[in-house]
Amino acid sequence: MVTNEASMKRNGIQDYVSLRATAAVITAFTFFMIYFFVTTSVVTFEVWQALFANIYMKAFTLATLISIMIHVRIGLWQVLTDYIKPTGLRAGLQYILNLIAFAYVAIGLFVLWGV
Amino acid sequence: MMLDFSIYRYNPDEDDAPKMKDYQLEVEEGQDMMVLDALIALKEKDPTLSFRRSCREGVCGSDGMNMNGKNGLACITPLSALGKGKVIVRPLPGLPVVRDLVVDMTQFYTQYEKIKPFLINDDKQPPAREFIQSQEERAKLDGLYECILCACCSSSCPSFWWNPDKFIGPAGLLHAYRFLIDSRDTATDERLNNLDDAFSVFRCHGIMNCVSVCPKGLNPTKAIGQIKSMLLQRAV
Ligand code: SF4
Ligand code: SF4
Ligand code: FES
Repeated sequence: MVTNEASMKRNGIQDYVSLRATAAVITAFTFFMIYFFVTTSVVTFEVWQALFANIYMKAFTLATLISIMIHVRIGLWQVLTDYIKPTGLRAGLQYILNLIAFAYVAIGLFVLWGV
Repeated sequence: MMLDFSIYRYNPDEDDAPKMKDYQLEVEEGQDMMVLDALIALKEKDPTLSFRRSCREGVCGSDGMNMNGKNGLACITPLSALGKGKVIVRPLPGLPVVRDLVVDMTQFYTQYEKIKPFLINDDKQPPAREFIQSQEERAKLDGLYECILCACCSSSCPSFWWNPDKFIGPAGLLHAYRFLIDSRDTATDERLNNLDDAFSVFRCHGIMNCVSVCPKGLNPTKAIGQIKSMLLQRAV
């Protein structure tokens, strides 16, 4: 089966599915945080720390951070290919934005590790 | 009663830049007319005003243009539908202007050509006479075959504005789906292979401008959704 994937760099179906799958995780995390703030009367440092000390919460947070990274990678690639036509400039911007997205995951990982 | 118009004028041979020109048309009190009739009347006074038209009844798709900010066919858009005040007429957005309201549709047709808009059937024995479809099979083509390629949809689609060379656009994709679900067409896989990239179909983000402007009341977004799910089903 010959597809013109190579010339188009990204795979449309894979991106389509990944965008939605990661969006679901991000949404779930957002709702969970809303739930947390609504149901917790006073959010003290201890309460906040206890929340993130839970191993499931750590995993959930990390999964969300990684989802954001993937979501951003695909989403911003789409935005950049829409609006930035010079290839060099686009590649440069893409590189910087991907780096920032990765930094969020890396820093998040260290923070979670420290809790 | 005086009607006010502001019409996009551009003659690349003479003008440095496009400009909007004001026109006035005297009509009987309370009289309504189609935008195209008004344009024809204005052209009588100013023969340099250029636009395309042919059938004058919403069948040929020649006179797609942007009227008060919305794409449509001038021949079936009554002035009364555009509200009170000045009527602003511009060429279809996103396409290169040849002159005044006449646009160069090459990009639009190139995308249309890409989807191979004809029946492909590799059956060893084609039927001797008609190619019979059941009523159900035929019904699947409703809402698809009526497209007149006026380009109102594709030229209102931001995804098409930004990537007219890579995104097929709503009109082309509507036709792609029309052949994908045709019971007589045997090239389904081949067709899907040609759409299986990050741009051709997946640049549609469901903005639905196409649906809101189609003068034939068609729904390209729905057809695009069907193509996406065909591609997905094949992938999993
Ligand atoms: S789908 Fe509608 S708007 Fe688009 S080209 Fe066909 S008739 Fe025109
Ligand atoms: S629904 Fe898709 S094809 Fe239609 S206007 Fe929006 S992006 Fe374009
Ligand atoms: S002139 Fe034919 S569609 Fe308007």
